[in-house]
Amino acid sequence: MIRFILRRLLMLVVTLFISSFVIFSSLYIAPGNPIAVLSGGRGLPHSSVVILERRYHLNDPFLVRYWDWVKGVFHGDFGVSIQLHENVSALISARIGTTLGLVIYASLLIIMAGVALGVLGGLRRGPTDTFVVVLTTVSAALPAFVASVVLISVFAVDLGWFPALGNGTGAFDQIKHLTLPAFALAAGGLALVARVTRAAVREEAGKEHVQTAVSRGIPSSLVIRRHVLRNAAIPITTVAGLTIASLIAVDAVVETAFALNGLGSYLVTAAGNKDFAVVQGISLVLVTTFVVINTIVDILYALLDPRVRLGARAQ
Amino acid sequence: MSTVVAASGRLFRSSRHSLRGTGWLGYACVGVIALAVFVAIFGPMLAPYDPNAVDLSNAFVGPTGGHLLGFDPAGRDLLSRLLVGARTSMLGPFAVMVFSVLLGTALAVSAAWIGGWYDAAVSACLDVLFAFPGILLAVLAAAVFGPSLFAASIALSVAYTPYIARVVRGAALRERAQQYIAALEVQGFSGFLICLRHLVPNVVALIVAQGTILFGFAMVDLAAISFLGLGVQPPQPDWGVMVSEGETGVLQGYPAEALAAGAAIMLVVIAVNLLGERLVESAQRSQR
Repeated sequence: MIRFILRRLLMLVVTLFISSFVIFSSLYIAPGNPIAVLSGGRGLPHSSVVILERRYHLNDPFLVRYWDWVKGVFHGDFGVSIQLHENVSALISARIGTTLGLVIYASLLIIMAGVALGVLGGLRRGPTDTFVVVLTTVSAALPAFVASVVLISVFAVDLGWFPALGNGTGAFDQIKHLTLPAFALAAGGLALVARVTRAAVREEAGKEHVQTAVSRGIPSSLVIRRHVLRNAAIPITTVAGLTIASLIAVDAVVETAFALNGLGSYLVTAAGNKDFAVVQGISLVLVTTFVVINTIVDILYALLDPRVRLGARAQ
Repeated sequence: MSTVVAASGRLFRSSRHSLRGTGWLGYACVGVIALAVFVAIFGPMLAPYDPNAVDLSNAFVGPTGGHLLGFDPAGRDLLSRLLVGARTSMLGPFAVMVFSVLLGTALAVSAAWIGGWYDAAVSACLDVLFAFPGILLAVLAAAVFGPSLFAASIALSVAYTPYIARVVRGAALRERAQQYIAALEVQGFSGFLICLRHLVPNVVALIVAQGTILFGFAMVDLAAISFLGLGVQPPQPDWGVMVSEGETGVLQGYPAEALAAGAAIMLVVIAVNLLGERLVESAQRSQR
């Protein structure tokens, strides 16, 4: 077990190393010299060019530059946005709260509503189950940006229950502003978790130990909690974890659709403006989060299920 | 050439074989996909009006005679934009599918055939690629090469390669252990020829199934990238762009454009996903 965890952690470090290298070197693949890319193609006075050259150590060998950048990142220094004349780390920390709030909100929805719907569909046959299947089929095929537009149209414009755009101010108002985005972000993952839960619950409920428990006269709520859900927990946890990791990629789409001022929408704006220091900084933060969550899920999976053949998943 | 013909013949037979027994839903999916492909090819000829003709006096006007879906915020005919937009919306995912299937299969089959350190290196590279969510890689590509459908498609092709390669490598390893492969090797055929003529055709059902599922993913992701403004550029009609442009209409209570384009995307994606799931099931059944 410890060997498995160590190998997984080593893989994490290697992956982070390579992905940071790819993110860093993308600046130098771009057509034109780095100065032109950094300034977004605008002409800069000579003094600024000299400052930039010193700032990015452009006269150093490539690998030295990469190493300096990585060292800077460890000290919380992601470079300077050319267009906003501001530290990228300051720009990131001003927006990370919105993104974190949105992802956590959506994760809670995925876990709570997904499992509830799945258990409902798994235990009740007939119309309830059909409803769950139809709902999850539609919701699984609903791209986040279409979900966003539909939610805005129905709940913000037609019904007026929620605000359509922006962040809001104050705790309650901010949560209200995040509600529709969280549902849009959660739609696909919620369906996936509900389906896996439904299948797992149905499989467990048909097993002999559950029938035995029922025939012994144990109340059904206790049977569901102690015997069905506990055994179904392994696949549910894995899928929920992986789904939550994938939210990080979709986050940019939802933030843009709802005009939220978060990391994802800012990454998109920066990419459009070729504000490279910002693109690198945010990409690094997002990819790191994604990889770390995936590693945690992998290790949790091994810890939760003692039967798992270690190494089988990593192959 | 004869190899290609034989392979495509086998491909056709195998996909027809796997469709049998999927019931009416399988045929309905094929029908939707065929319709989408038809519109993607002939859309500009089918469109009743110029998709880019602006007429601000018609902005947000609903369906009228001759304009079945009404107009968008710039007074352009919605149906025409939807029909013409099918081309970029289908072509991008198609390119991603072809590219990642070719790259993924080549990597996977060569890894399974050669084995040893090469296999280990390829597998490690694919694991690292998994760390990049497709959309993020496409955003990075847009920043480097400027926003375009081409840059986004290339980025997604690379990001999706591991999804194909992982499945094909497993199947190719199983196939490699079969006796007919050993028999061919004893007869002195080159590894390349054995893979091309025998190994790949025997796992082609699986490759097609995975490719179909990938098309659905690629369609959603590419539309999302166009929605973000980093893919197809306006005023070029595209379903993802239309959802993005339609959002202004949604806020003013005219959701027709965004909903029509969103529905078109979802219809094709659902059809492709259902078909893909069926193909995977039948490929797994025939593997056993």
